[in-house]
Amino acid sequence: MTEPAIELRGISKAFGPVQANRDIDLKVMPGTIHGIIGENGAGKSTLMSILYGFYKADRGTILIKGRETAIPDSQAAIAAGIGMVFQHFKLVQNFTVLENVVLGAEEGAMLRPSLAKARRLLRELADEYELEVDPDETVENLSVGHQQRVEILKALYRQADILILDEPTGVLTPAEADHLFRILRGLRDEGKTIILITHKLREIMDVTDTVSVMRRGEMLDTVGTADTSPEDLAERMVGRKVLLRVDKRPASPGAPVLEVEGLRVVDADGVERLRGIDLQVRAGEILGVAGVAGNGQSALLEVLGGISKATGTVRVNGEGIDLSGTRSDGRTRRARGIAHVPEDRHRLGLILDFAAWENTAFGYHDKAPYSSGAMMDHKAMREDTAAKMERFDVRPPDPNLPAKSFSGGNQQKIVLAREIERNPDLLLIGQPTRGVDIGAIEFIHQRIVELRDAGKAILLVSVELDEIMSLSDRIAVMFDGRIMGERLPAETSEGELGLLMAGMDGAAEGAPAPKAGDPPGTGADPLAEGAA
Amino acid sequence: MPKWADVLLVPLLNLVLALIVSGAVVAYIGENPFDAMRIMVNGAVGSAYGWGYTLFYATNFIFTGLAVAVAFHARLFNIGGEGQAALGGLGVAIVALALPWPHWSLALIACTVSAAAFGAAWAFLPAILQAKRGSHIVITTIMFNFIAAALLNYLLVGPLQGAGMSPETARFPEGAHLPTAYDMASWLGFNRSAPLNVAFLVALAACVAVWFLIWRTRLGYEIRAYGHSEPAAVYAGIDPVRITVIAMLISGGLAGMMAVNAVQGEAERLVLDPVQGAGFIGIAVALMGRSHPFGVLLAAILFGILYQGGAELEFETSVPREMVVVIQALVILFTGALDNMVRDPVGKAFLRFRRAADQSGPKAGTPAE
Repeated sequence: MTEPAIELRGISKAFGPVQANRDIDLKVMPGTIHGIIGENGAGKSTLMSILYGFYKADRGTILIKGRETAIPDSQAAIAAGIGMVFQHFKLVQNFTVLENVVLGAEEGAMLRPSLAKARRLLRELADEYELEVDPDETVENLSVGHQQRVEILKALYRQADILILDEPTGVLTPAEADHLFRILRGLRDEGKTIILITHKLREIMDVTDTVSVMRRGEMLDTVGTADTSPEDLAERMVGRKVLLRVDKRPASPGAPVLEVEGLRVVDADGVERLRGIDLQVRAGEILGVAGVAGNGQSALLEVLGGISKATGTVRVNGEGIDLSGTRSDGRTRRARGIAHVPEDRHRLGLILDFAAWENTAFGYHDKAPYSSGAMMDHKAMREDTAAKMERFDVRPPDPNLPAKSFSGGNQQKIVLAREIERNPDLLLIGQPTRGVDIGAIEFIHQRIVELRDAGKAILLVSVELDEIMSLSDRIAVMFDGRIMGERLPAETSEGELGLLMAGMDGAAEGAPAPKAGDPPGTGADPLAEGAA
Repeated sequence: MPKWADVLLVPLLNLVLALIVSGAVVAYIGENPFDAMRIMVNGAVGSAYGWGYTLFYATNFIFTGLAVAVAFHARLFNIGGEGQAALGGLGVAIVALALPWPHWSLALIACTVSAAAFGAAWAFLPAILQAKRGSHIVITTIMFNFIAAALLNYLLVGPLQGAGMSPETARFPEGAHLPTAYDMASWLGFNRSAPLNVAFLVALAACVAVWFLIWRTRLGYEIRAYGHSEPAAVYAGIDPVRITVIAMLISGGLAGMMAVNAVQGEAERLVLDPVQGAGFIGIAVALMGRSHPFGVLLAAILFGILYQGGAELEFETSVPREMVVVIQALVILFTGALDNMVRDPVGKAFLRFRRAADQSGPKAGTPAE
């Protein structure tokens, strides 16, 4: 029998009173793709950080290829042949691909020989594993998928034969994710060992050979992927049966709440982010906006949420909204009944250093009961937070903890509670379940559907096609700042949406993509007449 | 790390380290460091005479420290306290000289308001340039320090010059004279010459007011939110221009109020350079005080001790004036710039300590069960 590429024996790690890893045993066989799955906070990232030398385990031993190895820092991990691709890339944005690959692994005082060597190696790797990247392109000009390839190339350049990827598909399109998986399979076939950390069941089923499930700091089981099913894995992860499909009745849409016509946005760099958007969301319906990240969905949410300026017409409940930023901002949008759960809760939705009780008032802090006159009412804020935490099952239910110490799912519940409970007419919600664990996804989806059933209009932006398909009553696909078309979830497929997302007309008659000058709503817009 | 360690233990360790290095330097030039230490501490807090100076200096540092702290909360680095306080001096002088003030309390109120207004006005332009045009506040505020100095220079040899030859205003009228520690509390042993005056109480009130502003009002909430994350503040509908300008106006106003102590309370006339570097000390005070008004108060008193003790040291030994500056600089270095050098190891030590306690706890408990 072959030696495991990595063997962990009795690894334990505590942060203060929190036991992040408890007696973890794990064997990863060489030449396999090994998935590690678990909810946020289950201890996956801690375990990998120990393996990569970021943390030191309190107890336990690490064996690399059968030999006990101490990994006090990441240099030692690299020396042991371990490479890591982080969720948030660690690239120098204004360096070229080549410079990034060589950075920290230069040989000698002069840069030129290292660069020449890296260029050769990059070309070989590109041929071998479909890892094509232009070595002279500056990283900031690369798409996210390409940046990730640079991270993988960095690890391979350092001669890693064990590659750890932490939630690698969170930022990728379905096509990019498929490409990544082809690369990973290629690497595996060459004998590399790959550890894939994810919370997405479909990825585990698609690409791994073996899967280990973690829950609350413990390693529960390791099973062959072929011997399990998504439902089975979900149940092991969460510890109870999980509903993977959203349970909802057909929508009964009412009057239009949000009407958008000819919306255009030009950003600070002069790039046109929105090129004439027309859409409509009616009371009691969820409009899902699908699209690859960076095709204008973020700009759409930010304009509607009062964060950035635009030209065009936006009406809410029939009344126009100032888009020039002079008479309207986030505060006045809220007063008009627009609530906004932003795509990036760390950057926009929360003040991470504020306590939970300060965050549940954020944006509404000038309203009762949070403040009266110039004073904040701390007691009312704390009580309100405690009540929201109970209703939204936020754990731990301690209003005094800073927002940054909650898991992703619980942070999202805090934002959602804040926005939903002000009873808005229109909810803008971006990436509702990004970085959120399975148990919380189910909960968040149910809240969104409940809000719809209460007769509210919901504009949902997500890069997860599954989510769009299962939540939306109508789907609009965005590409390059335009709406490519609208579909009903029952009458479309992921394949058709995927084509629209790539800028191809999904009608499949070879019709060219609509141009900026085309009248709004051309092509398939089954509700356009009814709504007009 | 428990809060008390963060707020008290770490600054204390920083201070001890600074003193050890200072002691080594003093020993190197041939003086006994322990004697030097004793002279400094004795001179600063060993007598009512010493306290009369120490707290006077501390009053200056409280105002400038609070000024920096308020701006810090909005993540603005106001290093223009020097110029804003100088303009505050101008505001005090104009008001104090304008009327034959009937009672000091009226003069105190009027001069405080004027000093704050002048200081705030001096901070307004850098603030609006930062908010509207993105001109970096560090650059603009420090340049405004030079403009303030030049402006005072011009006024004090020109329009505002008093009867004498020296570049200063006339002496303020008797009615604008603030009660000193001797006037108010001679029973505590304060000397007639001690410059400590009623402005110290204004400074204490300012500490409370700033605490209330930052942690109890909606404006304070918005200032802190903006300081932690500008994009999130915009998302919430908080106007960055408004917060930048308001925070800088409050900051400049607090710096300007320093002049009530130094100009109205002590000099009783406006002289060239009425601030004497207190604007810059305020940065160290705010850093060491972790931008909290109570921390600023403690840090200001510490720097008051260093100032007064340093003067005594210079007076009583052969330690030169420059040495005293070195000691002050070492304290600033260790408490401000090298803060993390102590903070990280202390944090780790606490973690290890607590874990050891957690592990030994159950074992100790087992026999009883």
